[in-house]
Amino acid sequence: MTESLTAEPEITEELIAAHGLKPDEYQRILDLIGRVPTLTELGIFSAMWNEHCSYKSSKKWLRTLPTSGPQVICGPGENAGIVDIGDGQALVFKMESHNHPSYIEPYQGAATGVGGILRDVFTMGARPIAAMNALSFGDPSHPRTRSLVNGVVAGIGGYGNCFGVPTVGGELRFHAAYNGNCLVNAFAAGLAEADAIFYSAASGVGMPVVYLGAKTGRDGVGGATMASAEFDDTIEEKRPTVQVGDPFTEKRLMEACLELMKTGAVISIQDMGAAGLTCSAVEMGDKGNLGIRLDLEKVPVREEAMSAYEMMLSESQERMLMVLRPEKEAEAKAVFDKWDLDFAIVGETIPEDRFLIMMHGEVKADLPLKALSGEAPEYDRPWVAPAAPPPLRDVPVVEPVAALTELMGRANLASREWVWSQYDTMVMADTACPPGSDAGIVRVHGTEKAIAFTSDVNPRYCRANPERGGMQAVAEAYRNLSASGAQPLATTDNLNFGNPEKPEIMGQFVGCIQGLGAACAALDMPIVSGNVSLYNETDGQAILPTPTIGAVGLLPSLDLAIGMAPAEGDLVYLVGVTPQGHLGQSALLAELFGREEGLPPPVDLAAERRNGTFVRTANAAGLVTAAHDLSDGGLAVAAAEMALASGVGISIAESPTVTPTGWFFGEDQARYLVACRPEDAAALEAAAQDTGVPLTRLGKAGGAEIRLGDAGVALEVIAERHGRALAKLLG
Amino acid sequence: MSFRAGVLVFPGSNCDRDMAVALAQAGADVTMVWHKETALPSGLDLVAIPGGFSFGDYLRCGAIAGRSPIMRAVVDFAHGGGHVLGVCNGFQVLTETGLLPGALMRNAALKFVCRVEELVVSTEQSVFTSRYGKGARIEVPIAHHDGNYVATPEILAELNGEDRVAFRYVRTPNGAMDDIAGILSANRRVLGMMPHPERAVDARHGGTDGRGVFESLAAVLGAGALQEA
Repeated sequence: MTESLTAEPEITEELIAAHGLKPDEYQRILDLIGRVPTLTELGIFSAMWNEHCSYKSSKKWLRTLPTSGPQVICGPGENAGIVDIGDGQALVFKMESHNHPSYIEPYQGAATGVGGILRDVFTMGARPIAAMNALSFGDPSHPRTRSLVNGVVAGIGGYGNCFGVPTVGGELRFHAAYNGNCLVNAFAAGLAEADAIFYSAASGVGMPVVYLGAKTGRDGVGGATMASAEFDDTIEEKRPTVQVGDPFTEKRLMEACLELMKTGAVISIQDMGAAGLTCSAVEMGDKGNLGIRLDLEKVPVREEAMSAYEMMLSESQERMLMVLRPEKEAEAKAVFDKWDLDFAIVGETIPEDRFLIMMHGEVKADLPLKALSGEAPEYDRPWVAPAAPPPLRDVPVVEPVAALTELMGRANLASREWVWSQYDTMVMADTACPPGSDAGIVRVHGTEKAIAFTSDVNPRYCRANPERGGMQAVAEAYRNLSASGAQPLATTDNLNFGNPEKPEIMGQFVGCIQGLGAACAALDMPIVSGNVSLYNETDGQAILPTPTIGAVGLLPSLDLAIGMAPAEGDLVYLVGVTPQGHLGQSALLAELFGREEGLPPPVDLAAERRNGTFVRTANAAGLVTAAHDLSDGGLAVAAAEMALASGVGISIAESPTVTPTGWFFGEDQARYLVACRPEDAAALEAAAQDTGVPLTRLGKAGGAEIRLGDAGVALEVIAERHGRALAKLLG
Repeated sequence: MSFRAGVLVFPGSNCDRDMAVALAQAGADVTMVWHKETALPSGLDLVAIPGGFSFGDYLRCGAIAGRSPIMRAVVDFAHGGGHVLGVCNGFQVLTETGLLPGALMRNAALKFVCRVEELVVSTEQSVFTSRYGKGARIEVPIAHHDGNYVATPEILAELNGEDRVAFRYVRTPNGAMDDIAGILSANRRVLGMMPHPERAVDARHGGTDGRGVFESLAAVLGAGALQEA
């Protein structure tokens, strides 16, 4: 066979290095195939064995995560994870990064990130019903930040709004550690019938492999390899590796796929994402224990004279690969004709373990298929526990109202409305709670059920103590769901870190995994899907460790949804305890004093579970009118956010034992503010006593001021600062 | 009170389902109509053109949809006295066909904007607004990148002089001339509006202030009063 592998350039050391393959990895290829690979083959190996596709540095640790539970229909390993939401319905969801492309070309990078995650969801037979995005940018004053934020937000909106999925939540943070690497983590969730889910495993020999969707161009060739490397000053040269998104084609592709799935024609389906045709074809063959033959001259192209190498590595968007029942071919083609999309039989399944790439009758690649994924390198990278954070020196004493007023106008705590008003948050007409609350809530169309969505992580905590940081991210997600009235169901993780070849970065990764694994297990929120993004470094400077947690919860009835807005006259209670007011790594210290010191707050998972259960149970009993979790900025910021949500003032008493600074701004975990009608106070207090949950009456909602102890500030002053800060900084 | 409504579906429509739900809630018997059709189903009382991005709208919103096979049939339907409701992208399509005057330009702030916006019902003299009181203030979601209504002074004078501005923004979110959010055709049977009334028919989502549009239609079309008029 080797002699017919035609006319491709000689493989040199430079070529190998340019494909991101280490010398020992290249040796592994030689050992596997017993000869020098062709350029196309080298490209295929590089696409399959880069960090982005192979998870070679992270696999060992990902295996330790809890991924099962009675609610789990499909855990990690498929396009997205799936959980049971009752009544024969399933929720399909995942979060995925598009960090490197978004830094290089913000609009298209972010747009195609959204496109990729939507495809992951509808590939499985689910119609997307909600999207979120978690964004991290450099310091607001950094010269690139403003254009990056504007480009990324416009790109996310441009894609999601046109596609027609409501964006219902997310995160936005700023920190100088992201100056050279922004993070764009896109989440999507879709609704499917539990008995009509589609997977990637091919089955049957001689079945047609069908190419669907947009035509193949040269865009994105080598994108996955680019996303597995650090940045340096040649970054501008990488722009051609970023793909261009076409949400209109994606929308048609979704409609056509969902329509086709109903016909019974689809045996298996895989979207073409990173490493396009290569990765999708290998995935289908590998999962089905079959070989695949592709005839590249049949692939619809939009550029002339594309080589096999380019076609196999193109990351052109909005494409799918399917294995179809041959007898349904005409029916399938009719569906794609209806939506004016390309439909071409480009190959077939073959019995032997072989990935055979032909072009005009010539063999371009002939590789053992299973080895491409199964034999990918896997590393047990050395790691060290990161150095302890600088100790917490003397804690400043602040005047609470002045500090709150200042904090609420800071970029990290200001209203995100400037961002989400650029997203269609209401298309599909089922958004029961738009962004801006603890969690976004979307009704399951045609039912009274609803799903709550949240995205959380505190990277400052993760750097100071990765294990606590990982735990806290899950705990905060659990609280946000509980404070919205939802039963937490499951999570997806998007793990963003620096260069794993550095032991201290690998140590951050390991610590965060251990923390979030422990929390997911303790809180019954298994991880059903996820994505790892490493090498987020520029000139050797790594980002903060950022394991973004996307979590979903179920509301059996929309009547259970709780907002953040108390009514005038409602009493306000604190659920949970504030032993001393934990100020290590707090927003107060970081934002107002530029100090990132001390350990982050400890996380007591048993207390999280108990307090969260209390909030949900009290809500189900009708005792709670509003609830809000306490996180960045502690009690004062949470109280202010509730007042802003309701337009009604709030007053919070000082603590008899804790200093005002610690009390109002400490970030102790497992805490909520809840509001109740005065007539329900006795019942709420009794419920807390019965379950052993610490509950303290702190004040009430009313008036036009936010009052902390004896001092107050007009709500409209806070509203003005909070509401306009981002537009001033970024608009 | 039943009436027959056809909802157009372009490949990039994404509010077609929402529109069908809102119409059905008001008692309509709804048929979805694919853009490649060359004729409307017979006996329709109303054609609704929903929001979305009909053909991607990468160039001029609604330009390709305005020239699609089904729109020729809709133009004939309108010229024959039929009722047409175009929302958001549907409004853009209607201006592209010439059924409504003026054009919808990129928002003044050059950004997509989605939020609940306060509107004034400028006229109750139409089959779409009769259930509202003149001057009533309602809250209806908007979600668009190109909702900045522009027209010549002559057209604006005509719209105002003939009481054909159906809705105005209390505070324009997009730079629209005269704060115009929705306008009627000369025969008052075609309404184009940027806000989404179909997103405001449910207390659980966006409020219920949009119901007036559909209830107005049901009151008249359901009774068949204008059919023969």
